[in-house]
Amino acid sequence: MKHLSVLTAACLAATPVLAQDSSDPIKLTLHDWSGQLITTTLMGEVLKEAGNNVEYVQADYIAQFAGLKTGDLHLAMEIWETTGREALDEAVGSGSVVNMGQTGMMAIEEWWYPAYMEERCPGLPDWKALNDCAQEFATVETAPLGRYLGGPVTWGGFDEERVEALEMDFEVVHAGTDAALFAELEAAYQRQDPIVLWVYAPHWAPAKYEGSFVAFPPYSAACYNDASVGMNPEAAYDCGKPTGPIWKAAWAGLPDQWPNAAKVVDNFKISNEDMGAMVADADLNGKSVEEVVAAWMAENEATWKSWIAQ
Amino acid sequence: MQRLQRHITGARLFWLFLFAATWALSQYSFQIYKALDARWIIRFPKKYQLSLDDVISGFLDWLVNIANFWLFTFRDLTRAIAWVIEIPYQFLRNLLIEGFQTGLGDAAVQIAPSLSWVAVIAIVISVGHTARDWGLAALVGACFLYLAVFGQWDSAMVTLASVLVAVPIAAVSGLLLGILAYRMLWVEKLLRPILDLMQTVPVFAYLVPVLILFGFGPVAALIATVIYAMPPMIRVTIVALKGVPGELLEAARMMGATPRQMTWKVLVPAATPMLMVGVNQVIMLTLNMVIIASMIGAGGLGFEVLASLRKLDIGGGIEAGLAIVLMAIALDRTSQAFSERRLWRQRTGNLMQRHPWSMIVILVILATFLMGLVIPAVQSYPDAWIISTGAFWSQAMEWINVTFFDTLEVIKTALLRGVLLPVKKFFVGIPWLWGILVTGLIAWQVAGWKLGVVAALMMGFIAASGLWDKAMVTLYLCGVSVFIALLIGTPLGIWAAQQPRAGRVILGLMDTLQTLPSFVYLIPVVMLFRVGDFSAMIAVVLYALAPAVRYAAHGIREVPLHLLEAGKMAGCRPLQLLWRVKLPLATPQLLLGLNQTIMLALSMLVITALVGTRDLGQEVYIALTKANAGQGIVAGLSVAFIAIIADRIVNALSDNQKRRLSL
Repeated sequence: MKHLSVLTAACLAATPVLAQDSSDPIKLTLHDWSGQLITTTLMGEVLKEAGNNVEYVQADYIAQFAGLKTGDLHLAMEIWETTGREALDEAVGSGSVVNMGQTGMMAIEEWWYPAYMEERCPGLPDWKALNDCAQEFATVETAPLGRYLGGPVTWGGFDEERVEALEMDFEVVHAGTDAALFAELEAAYQRQDPIVLWVYAPHWAPAKYEGSFVAFPPYSAACYNDASVGMNPEAAYDCGKPTGPIWKAAWAGLPDQWPNAAKVVDNFKISNEDMGAMVADADLNGKSVEEVVAAWMAENEATWKSWIAQ
Repeated sequence: MQRLQRHITGARLFWLFLFAATWALSQYSFQIYKALDARWIIRFPKKYQLSLDDVISGFLDWLVNIANFWLFTFRDLTRAIAWVIEIPYQFLRNLLIEGFQTGLGDAAVQIAPSLSWVAVIAIVISVGHTARDWGLAALVGACFLYLAVFGQWDSAMVTLASVLVAVPIAAVSGLLLGILAYRMLWVEKLLRPILDLMQTVPVFAYLVPVLILFGFGPVAALIATVIYAMPPMIRVTIVALKGVPGELLEAARMMGATPRQMTWKVLVPAATPMLMVGVNQVIMLTLNMVIIASMIGAGGLGFEVLASLRKLDIGGGIEAGLAIVLMAIALDRTSQAFSERRLWRQRTGNLMQRHPWSMIVILVILATFLMGLVIPAVQSYPDAWIISTGAFWSQAMEWINVTFFDTLEVIKTALLRGVLLPVKKFFVGIPWLWGILVTGLIAWQVAGWKLGVVAALMMGFIAASGLWDKAMVTLYLCGVSVFIALLIGTPLGIWAAQQPRAGRVILGLMDTLQTLPSFVYLIPVVMLFRVGDFSAMIAVVLYALAPAVRYAAHGIREVPLHLLEAGKMAGCRPLQLLWRVKLPLATPQLLLGLNQTIMLALSMLVITALVGTRDLGQEVYIALTKANAGQGIVAGLSVAFIAIIADRIVNALSDNQKRRLSL
């Protein structure tokens, strides 16, 4: 961040007049989940208000880094600490991508169960109660162990380690994608079948289905790194998952070419609650992303105007 | 006794022994490892593992950042190619959806709007009528009307623009390469392994390099599409040209045709029906790529499907998926009709009489443009008229889920316990060293020692890359799926050939299955069968069914009439005719179908990784999500090697059969 502002300062110094943004369009990346579309559209609309030209480009979440490095793409609005940090760090390390700071949203990820399971497993959301009725969650492939549906392997999450460390009677099965993960939840919810799976927020699922996150022993960095910390003195990961910020990332040339826009991007902040409400509006109430964003902008004019003014 | 002895030939003994030994080793490999305390029996030793992925990643870095040919860098070259392809693409996009304008953002000035939806439909109807008749015109028009009515118009036009660029590029370059391979033996020899790689290295594996080289956005997606869609065209061209009767060539030669005339006036026209099978495949595969292309910036219908399914809006996914299918049908039928059109009638009279359709279309375009200025509904289809079936599909899915889940669960459990798990255990248990040896032996027995050595080396590469276990899971999943696909597909194909009316329905269904993005049915499959191998298998079977059916039908239909007559004269009953005459003669085609079924099953692997399997497809997918080009290519090569070994063995079987039939 520091040398970023140095760069900006160098630019300012080189040009006697106030730095002018290029009139070329800033290319923002769109992925395939509504939250990200909303964040990006909101950013784009605010940038338009600030006088910039923007263009939205469809891109894969991870593959986009190739484009950000070369300057084919300019701005990515949602890089999740939990799933994208590795790629982001690698890209920042190459020197062609800069981390534009946090979006203000925090990613929550944890084991999650639908509300109807509370009857069958008294004591939930405590993880010990979950473990006591692991049998309920067993399927042909996993019996006698319970079946926990984890996220795609690439999301990490240390679930195998957690099961091992907490000596839980569960087998971790990985869904291939986000869509497959929630498809199973939808199906099980319709049948009121037992299911415990990886759910994250901000997302429409916790808004659509009634249920709760499992309460594991609270996360601490020490618990992940130091085997002796936590209830199992011989193993790490004997606690819940951390929450992490969602980052903005940009092509390293962005602050030079669009210095004013870079400041607006830097100032962009939005809360989990606001985002959760917008996502639910789009995915569950069937509104378009543009409508949702326009409504938020009408209501919070002071907020986004302050991003431009600063 | 004598009868028994006649059956025990050397070859049969060899196969029996090979299977028994593999089974025994697979069953007891773990015990052997424990008894001898030699872990290397079941795991390739880590310290001898190749680290080719780093080398490949390094090479790509060099290629992208440093490589240059004095005047320009490699990247300049690829970017120039991208720029050339972008011109027609951008033009089509402007024409179909965006309209033409200058300037950016607030300063933008529109020069002309895009074609109105009415005009586009008028154009496709006129093309349909020109190509064949009013029937085709109505079909094509209805397909496009669907796009408007179901709210897919904008996305569909984006997809149409990229298809209209990708298909001609892939078809024409495929044809040219095929002709070259037909003319020069060394080109064919050189092309075969490249073709296998193009067709079997999963797209995800080269997506990252393509993006880096050709820049982000639709053009990179177009190039990946062309790479993916071209191979069948080349293959079919070679087969088709070789199938042109010798007498015809002889006659042309006697009339003194030059090589160029020979190619364009004799070979290509004579082979056109078969060539159109290739074009059909190119169109199907191009539309198949729509989903993956949308992941890297092509947008369009693929994006619509992905976004709907992420919301679990199954109805939306199906509507967008069907839009892809209908577009494929419209394009395919039109191209078929053009190829069958023999006579170009010369018309006389005034402009209107000579070119009635062109004139009508121009009038419609002008009229809708002018009316569009006043009535917006003429320019773009109004939102209020859009029909959505989303609620219906969600309810239907819920009903199936709640009503039939238990029944399906019983079937699934039986199949899992009876077939999938035992086969999996068999494949996963095979110790790598024996696996390499056995592959070599099979290849040697079927196709000679050269292939034996190559096959063993390829399997060795997989083991040395540390991917043996995943490769075995791949073999098991593909093996079971291909087997089931053939079990269902071959009889369907035979039926389709015997009964033309049923055939039309079946082949239409196959086209639908092949072009309907697998993602659309993957999600309902997961809802009913949960994440796991079973769901993956269903997806692979559904996808790989098409070639099994199509080639079986084609093979049966192509059996020479005089042989059928001879069979009938000899007093064959219809069933005997099928078993004794048609099937043996169709075997080469059936094997080609098997070959393609295997290829498609393997290419579906990455998609199954989206459900959650632990095979090579998953390895490729992991590499993509981590943008690790090297890892992706090594895993992709492993998939390709399996495919190549299978292809060579099946081809050798087909050749042996042809020799036996002296075809």
